[in-house]
Order: sequence, then C-alpha cells, then structure tokens
Amino acid sequence: METEFYDKDKLLVLKITSEIDDHNVQEIRRKADYEMERYMPKRVVFDFDSVTFMDSSGIGLVIGRYKFANMIGAKLGVSNLSGSLRRIFDMSGVSKLIPTVELN
Amino acid sequence: MYSNEMRLEFISKSSNEAFARISVAAFASQLDPTIEELADIKTAVSEAVTNSIIHGYDKKQGVVKISAWLKENEIIIEISDKGKGIENVEMAKEPLYTTKPNLERSGMGFTIMESFMDKMEVKSVVGLGTKVTMSKVIKPKTDKDEEEFKMLMTNT
Repeated sequence: METEFYDKDKLLVLKITSEIDDHNVQEIRRKADYEMERYMPKRVVFDFDSVTFMDSSGIGLVIGRYKFANMIGAKLGVSNLSGSLRRIFDMSGVSKLIPTVELN
Repeated sequence: MYSNEMRLEFISKSSNEAFARISVAAFASQLDPTIEELADIKTAVSEAVTNSIIHGYDKKQGVVKISAWLKENEIIIEISDKGKGIENVEMAKEPLYTTKPNLERSGMGFTIMESFMDKMEVKSVVGLGTKVTMSKVIKPKTDKDEEEFKMLMTNT
C-alpha cells in the first residue's frame, strides 16, 4: 500500500497496490489503521486504481475503515473503482454508505 | 460428455486462495471468456475457498478440493472441504449473514457466488463438510465482437 499526504486539506490517500482477498486484507487493514491513527486526517480516500482483484473481504475492509474514520472525525471515500469492484460495492450497500470521489 | 476436466487439492492456508482462483481461471480461459467473465469466476472461487478455510476448517488444517469440468461453453466448478459443515445453509446464504462479524466479515460470500455465477448449489453436513457446486455459461463471441476486435487490432 502506498500513502500520500496532503497537508493543506489533511487528506490521506491510501493507494492499495495488491489484490484484496482474505489473505492479504489483514496487512492492508493494519497499515491503513496505522496511517490514519498517526496522521489524524480530515479525509481519507482509498484509491483502487491498481487493484486487479477484490472479493468480499474488500467490503469488510472498507466498512471497518469507515467506522474507524468516523471515530477519529474523518470522512472516508473510495476512488477509481473498476466494473467488478463497483458491482461488489453496489451489491453490498457499501456504495450507499461511502461516496466515490475523484482524485487528481 | 465433458470436453475437459481438472482436479486440485491444497491445504487450508489462506495464501492458497490466490493460487486456487488463478488456477481455475487459467482452466476456464480455454472457453475464451471475456475479462469480466473471468473476474466473475475468480471472485466466486475466492469466496468458496475462503469459506472452506475460514469457516469449514476454522483454525485447523485440512484439505480443500476443487474439481472443474468444461462442457460445451459451460464451466462447472465444485469446491469441497471436510470441515465442520454449515448448520443452516439457507440462513448462511442470506446476504450480510455472518458468524464472524468481529473479523470484519461481510456475510456476502454466497450472495456474490450466486450473482457472479449462473447456478450455485450448497450441500453441507454438520461434522462432515461442505460442497459448493457452481456453473457459468461463457457466452460465445459473436461475429460482431470479432469484427470490432479486428478493427481495434488494425487501428493500433
């Protein structure tokens, strides 16, 4: 996972660079929580541009980080969803909870 | 009846999830699926294999078996374990139902298998294990698709 910090807006971008399944989601979750806790952002965006595979473990990941973001007073968004990722998020109701945002 | 057949066995380690879905996808590619159809198959296999590892065997070690068949333009995939089984299959299939919410599990596995594949069937006996059978028809590519593809290839 790659991280980008934009101090002006206190924006944290978490760019996921691996496949998302039950095996590697734990590492992504651990790093995301660590970065969020450390930086205390106002906005957090998960960038899925480099994600070539995701199963339902991605739903738990995003909902869990959504709760964590709420707890520290940050807003969470997702970005660059491919067709099949979009379908999984739509199907599970994640899309209703978490907005899709544009990254420059 | 079947034009091809394969079998795969591996121990219930989560690092084998990627191996399982990539192997089945490689086998399915003989039917010339689109990238989207292949992604559907990979996702469904990943869900079933994860269920066997997380729920079937919990933290114990066991063997997950995959068999797959090609029949005309259809792929049939069977994923089985000899784990603890599912007490109430109908309930397990309900969207958002999970026995492990504390591990951030979404309870969407069966829903995803059902909607990404054409057919899905679960057979489970408590104490003996679970078998998920699913199939998907790979739509034959039309002449139009091929023409478009050729156009694309010549233009680039």
